[in-house]
Amino acid sequence: MPRLLNLRPSGRHGALLGAIPILLLAILYIGASALRHSANPSDKILPTVAAMADQVRIMGFQVDPLTGKIPLVADTVASLGRLFAGVGLATATALVLGLAIGLLPIVRAGLGPLVATLAVIPPIAVLPILFIVFGLGETSKIVLIFVGLAPFMVRDLAAHVAAIPEEQLIKAQTLGASTWAVALRVALPQALPRLIESLRFSIGPAWVFLISAEAIASDVGLGYRIFLVRRYLAMDVILPYVAWISLLAVAMDFALSSTSRGLFPWSHGKRSR
Amino acid sequence: MTAPSSTTALAFENVWVEYGDAVILERVSLEVQAGAFVSVVGPSGVGKSTLLRLVLGQEAPTRGRILLDGQPLRAEPGPDRGVVFQRYSVFPHMTVLKNVMFGLECSGRRANARAEAEAMLRRVGLGHSLAAYPSALSGGMQQRLAIAQALIARPRILLLDEPFGALDPGVRVDMHELITELWLEHGLTILMVTHDIREAFKLGTRVLAIDKRRHDPHAPHRYGSTTVYDFPLDKPGAVSPDAAADMVSRMAKRAG
Repeated sequence: MPRLLNLRPSGRHGALLGAIPILLLAILYIGASALRHSANPSDKILPTVAAMADQVRIMGFQVDPLTGKIPLVADTVASLGRLFAGVGLATATALVLGLAIGLLPIVRAGLGPLVATLAVIPPIAVLPILFIVFGLGETSKIVLIFVGLAPFMVRDLAAHVAAIPEEQLIKAQTLGASTWAVALRVALPQALPRLIESLRFSIGPAWVFLISAEAIASDVGLGYRIFLVRRYLAMDVILPYVAWISLLAVAMDFALSSTSRGLFPWSHGKRSR
Repeated sequence: MTAPSSTTALAFENVWVEYGDAVILERVSLEVQAGAFVSVVGPSGVGKSTLLRLVLGQEAPTRGRILLDGQPLRAEPGPDRGVVFQRYSVFPHMTVLKNVMFGLECSGRRANARAEAEAMLRRVGLGHSLAAYPSALSGGMQQRLAIAQALIARPRILLLDEPFGALDPGVRVDMHELITELWLEHGLTILMVTHDIREAFKLGTRVLAIDKRRHDPHAPHRYGSTTVYDFPLDKPGAVSPDAAADMVSRMAKRAG
């Protein structure tokens, strides 16, 4: 019998092993839900799968006569708009500042301490300030995501650019490259895969900031909706919404990682093409 | 073999490098003739790399002057000096071909850049790997690429910093042949830092040993290194075996 740490599941068995806990959890939920409903048919805490499917049909496929829109679609459009705006701003800032701080010692000396200080401020703590300064509209939500992500992403990219071996920078200069050419043709291409990586890690926090802002002050959005129906203990709405948010997050992660593999094959593994 | 030309390519005039109290190099004066292949040897930590950094322009001398073709050297890397490092010399995000074309594009030699780069790569034996990324190449092939990349910019002097130090012995012998051939074909002036004394004598037309002449045991940083031996060789490998053996034993004693 080999040691436990040398036992490796084969491809098919690995997939099976991964499915077991998920199946167990699903069975556990269905069992617990059935149990609660046998005691109290109008239980709201663990809604049945049928009840959730009903709500998905109502929220996701029927026009709300009050607003003239399908709630799930309107919420998704509003939330993704805020998320992309905030994440996009943070990414663009990280690219410009991260490159400059990582590559140019003068900029590093000038801006490094400021960015390091900003990065330790808990973003939710400044949310009241954002509401006061930017009002309760879209701007404060987008700015919260930006404030939450940008300092971290700038520092991460700056550290990555600063870690490019000095030999490469010297070599480029001996080949006649100017500062601008080194930035655009040596540092930028090596920074981009890292920026996408850092973006992938930032999607989770971005959702946290978005849902927090929507929970506090909003009239449409995925976070707004789940905090609204919480008042009615509407778990049959909340659970599908959470599943939908997770699905969106997974899709974004997948899109980012396949984009990176497609555009920057040299930064993924040893294959040449 | 090319006859040594009488023009001076690189000159050190009483160069000192000090970091605060510590003296790294002192009173280094030397002239490198155009077309020479100068090997620099010496124990670890003695200032070989500092010497190379000076020529590269990564740092400036505390005192003294360095002249390239009679002009004071700009204290910044530039296309008049090419370099091959032991590692990290090539750009991981560019294909082999792009790595070599980069130098042509930066210096505005865009016409025929592709054909020129391909010819250079075929010369160093990478004609079949044009579309590969460096991570797919072996250590020896990466150094071939680094050499091609440096040569395409037509530097006045080529600096080699332990270029073959990380390679397997068999590959190293192949690389010795390649660099010797390229040196002759292109009439290069080469300054190579190495810790391998046999390599230094095998490749060089001249071997410089640098070390501290004076040593104060109570203040080891008080005195810097300078050239302690200067072996002019008629041609590569022409040093008498006795002289080489003597040299090797002296260096080994110092290093130990």
